[in-house]
Amino acid sequence: MANHLPEHPDFLWRNPDPKSSYDVVIVGGGGHGLATAYYLAKHHGITNVAVLERGWLAGGNMARNTTIIRSNYLWDESAAIYEKSLKLWEGLPEELEYDFLFSQRGVMNLAHTLQDVREAQRRVNANRLNGVDAEFLDPQQVKEVCPIINITDNIRYPVMGATYQPRAGIAKHDHVAWALARKADEMGVDLIQNCEVTGFYKDGDRVIGVETTRGRINAGKVGLAAAGHSSVLAELAGFRLPIQSHPLQALVSELFEPVHPTVVMSNHVHVYVSQAHKGELVMGAGIDSYNGYGQRGSFHVIEEQMAAAVELFPIFARAHLLRTWGGIVDTTLDASPIISNTPIDDLYVNCGWGTGGFKGTPASGFTFAHTIATGEAHPLNAPFSLDRFETGHLIDEHGAAAVAH
Amino acid sequence: MMLINCPHCGPRDEVEFHYGGQAHVAYPEDPHALNDREWAEYLFYRDNPKGRFEERWQHSIGCRKWFNAVRDTHTYEFLATYGANDTAPAPAPATVEGRM
Repeated sequence: MANHLPEHPDFLWRNPDPKSSYDVVIVGGGGHGLATAYYLAKHHGITNVAVLERGWLAGGNMARNTTIIRSNYLWDESAAIYEKSLKLWEGLPEELEYDFLFSQRGVMNLAHTLQDVREAQRRVNANRLNGVDAEFLDPQQVKEVCPIINITDNIRYPVMGATYQPRAGIAKHDHVAWALARKADEMGVDLIQNCEVTGFYKDGDRVIGVETTRGRINAGKVGLAAAGHSSVLAELAGFRLPIQSHPLQALVSELFEPVHPTVVMSNHVHVYVSQAHKGELVMGAGIDSYNGYGQRGSFHVIEEQMAAAVELFPIFARAHLLRTWGGIVDTTLDASPIISNTPIDDLYVNCGWGTGGFKGTPASGFTFAHTIATGEAHPLNAPFSLDRFETGHLIDEHGAAAVAH
Repeated sequence: MMLINCPHCGPRDEVEFHYGGQAHVAYPEDPHALNDREWAEYLFYRDNPKGRFEERWQHSIGCRKWFNAVRDTHTYEFLATYGANDTAPAPAPATVEGRM
């Protein structure tokens, strides 16, 4: 399988020094920041843009996730934005002229209790009403989709069924970032690495630039797309965000022959697994409960995750762990993202994607670019504004978010 | 793996504890006087610092009592644990919080 990986060229983007001023400065050079810059250039003709990255390009959560892409969310607002994202994913390899191994191998979300089954069937119906492909599978059908799964009923939480979204899948995350970066760069966007934002320049209530480790950079508008560190930036800018940062870890096994043909997620016993193109089993579980910025997770989370994985997939029992890693995710009370203006004029924020930001990358960039360019929300991200915490129009996706926040 | 010093039981493994988020968030004195913004602040907005944080924990499979802790959210070091109704100890001068 390894020889199916696409070759990547030597140079995908320039490495410019920051200019003194840009029309738009995006803080955060991960997937969402890069996608925002790409759509700012492509759809809004705004190319005098800098993406500032504290470390190296796409080296944060974009490099530390389980790459699952799906749109089987419960509520209309979420179904709309995640399905838009999935539709964009389906066209992006051609649009970006880069094969990032988007593989629509389907996602199953398992049900292990009668209540799980009811919730799953409700979600399948809600998905279909929203034009999202979804089926409910009985245990035998689960086994047909994924033959290595254990559907015996003599385990603590037997598989009682699953939702199945055939169009869902995975993509090679690094290549997604490089593809977006290359196109944004081609259109004139400056991607600036090793450039940490340490403060904001304001004129009254309006942001006019950022202070960085590479000097002052003036900006007509500033967009924050810094995931786990959004609170830290917001505090520097002088406002609060209703988010909490937690460590989320994932791990991969050594390489194996292809054994796992789809993506399997379980809320109840809490593990999610797919097999990467190269052959690693890629697995994740929930966040650590406490607030943290340490970019490492607790061992007991791995223990519980492995216990669940081995019960569901007895074939995994002798697999060796190759590596684990942790990223910092920014969670909201309703498990939905925030793509919004802020109390500071010309300062916009895109955060709160919690544990599921990778799948949202294209729609996140698409809607955030619209919000930055026009100063108004796109219909798709209007429900995801900061003021929903005041109006009470929360979008409670704890069930469909699939990872315990 | 964190070792947490329950003020009542002594040091125990973190798996014995339940996390309760930010400490010292008082119920509004006059709830009827709050506007939507202030209710949102009370319900949904919590501090999220990188560094020193005063937070609540419950020793859920030990004495089951709630208590407070001061912890560094970057190093995960517990700087103090103290009773649920006590005030937080003052920060030590010139700590190295958030520097890594």
